[in-house]
Amino acid sequence: MKQAFNFYRWLVLSLVACFCLVPLWATVIGGFKTTGDLRTNALGLPKHWVGDNYISIVATARFWQMLWNSAVIATFTVVLTLLVSSLAAYTLAHLRFAGRKWIANYLTLGLTFPFATAVLPVFIRVRDLGLLDTYWGVILPQVAFNLSFSIVLLRGFFAELPKELFEAAIMDGCSYPRIFWRITLPLSRPILATVGVLALVGSWNNFLLPLVTINDDAVYPWPLGIMQYQGQYSTDWGKVLAFVTLTMIPAITLYLLAQKQIIAGLTSGAVKG
Amino acid sequence: MPLNHSLIEEPPVRKLPSSKGSLRSSLRASYRSGILTTLLLFLPPALVLFSLFVILPVGEASFFSFFNWNGYGTPQKWIDFENYSRVFADPIFRQSLTNNLLVILVSACIQVPLALWVALLISDRTRSSVVFRAIFFIPYILADVVAGLIWRYLYDGDYGLVGTIYRWFGHDAPDVLAEVGWATAALLLVVVWKYFGFHMALFIAGRQNVPYDVIESARIDGASRWKITRFIVLPLMRPVVVLSLFFSLLGSLQLFDLIIALTGGGPLNSSHSAVSYLYTFGIRRMRVGYGSAVGVVLFIICVLVMIFYKRIFMRESASK
Repeated sequence: MKQAFNFYRWLVLSLVACFCLVPLWATVIGGFKTTGDLRTNALGLPKHWVGDNYISIVATARFWQMLWNSAVIATFTVVLTLLVSSLAAYTLAHLRFAGRKWIANYLTLGLTFPFATAVLPVFIRVRDLGLLDTYWGVILPQVAFNLSFSIVLLRGFFAELPKELFEAAIMDGCSYPRIFWRITLPLSRPILATVGVLALVGSWNNFLLPLVTINDDAVYPWPLGIMQYQGQYSTDWGKVLAFVTLTMIPAITLYLLAQKQIIAGLTSGAVKG
Repeated sequence: MPLNHSLIEEPPVRKLPSSKGSLRSSLRASYRSGILTTLLLFLPPALVLFSLFVILPVGEASFFSFFNWNGYGTPQKWIDFENYSRVFADPIFRQSLTNNLLVILVSACIQVPLALWVALLISDRTRSSVVFRAIFFIPYILADVVAGLIWRYLYDGDYGLVGTIYRWFGHDAPDVLAEVGWATAALLLVVVWKYFGFHMALFIAGRQNVPYDVIESARIDGASRWKITRFIVLPLMRPVVVLSLFFSLLGSLQLFDLIIALTGGGPLNSSHSAVSYLYTFGIRRMRVGYGSAVGVVLFIICVLVMIFYKRIFMRESASK
């Protein structure tokens, strides 16, 4: 009975694992193949290992430029998201003032709709601010659209921190801004990591916003770059697959390094309900 | 008033009292403890950014949607609801919404059950479970664009996996992505591949929240593995299933990158989603009014979904 269950379990899991991994395998290995080889042999090892596809991409400045662009945008997005949302969440969690509920509700309105519904006016706003083709034209809207969810998560966490700490701090003459910096933030590392990871992954993979606000390919983040590259070499699949593989490396590395935070972050809706 | 005096005499100030007489002193007190500074420094960044890039744009979208406007100068040609009637009259838009619906259906009928099934097999903490979990989550962490390009290759009749499989049986492969109907079906498979790991992770978290002693006592009473799953675990996981379906709904309404990378909306604009429709027919042609109307329709759908979800969720938690 136990053995039968184990067999069934392994069978199901292996099949699903194949479903997940075979496309990735075909992609990574495809980058090492010649066009002729790709045509006849999608899954097997290459008949002749060709390194040119990978080397020609890594050797171009354009590839590194767009990874750099994405990295800059993601860094600023994460830092600003954390800073702005934790400041607001702290105020809403610990201070009682007129209009607090109203402001809290206002700031969570963003949970109701996705970015795409407002994309055209956002484009016009970014254009009127003169931010088209700049990093900020991507960073600021991204931070703004991260706020609602981040504030909900952070505020919930801040509110659960032990009250005695704050009362003791106030008795000792510690001001509210200092409490934020000295007590709240250091105690909130797990939730900050969660919010940060969410912002990071969202920014790194974002496509629609830069597609709309960035036209100059010197500022392209990598998802735009990869589509441009694919447009250039459309059926030269060896090159395209090599490019795809190279862009998967940072994502998978990050995933392996911070698996816990990533899964917790991306599924945090489940915990909160 | 010496500084220490107020600290000793008064309890920690958390409130701005509204009575007139003490207003000045309480303002001073709250200044000293930093409440005022906190309010004036901590809230505005969020409020400004959020208003500027989230709330105002949504309002502007509904305003622009009544104009025929190409985005330059100020909108002047007021055309009432014409954008809306054109949107709803467009068969391509209706096809796009149908595709959104198909994604939701496939998600509810295939993806979520698959994810639940797999999650129940790997929710324990054995090493094999941990490894499988990591594997199943990988497609989800890849960018949609990457997933789209990978599958574009796999579906390519001349090169990819589909071509190879067909040649094993001695046939020439159809070009899946070039045929109306097949392209949409192909898209649905990629959606399952890309997102089932996410739902699985939700279910694993939900399964681990099922209290252990309930299961243990059922086991002691002699309940079989299947019965425990069927009558204890699954009912307790209902809220997570509702949540997961809700995420499929929201995800479907946002589906965009994947389509652009996989099919570009083609062939013959048959595989668009609402958002890729908005992009192709509103943004690319700079028809700001028209695109805004699509955005507003999308917005209304999202709000309806949200209300619907809240009602279901309320009922769920009320019935417990």
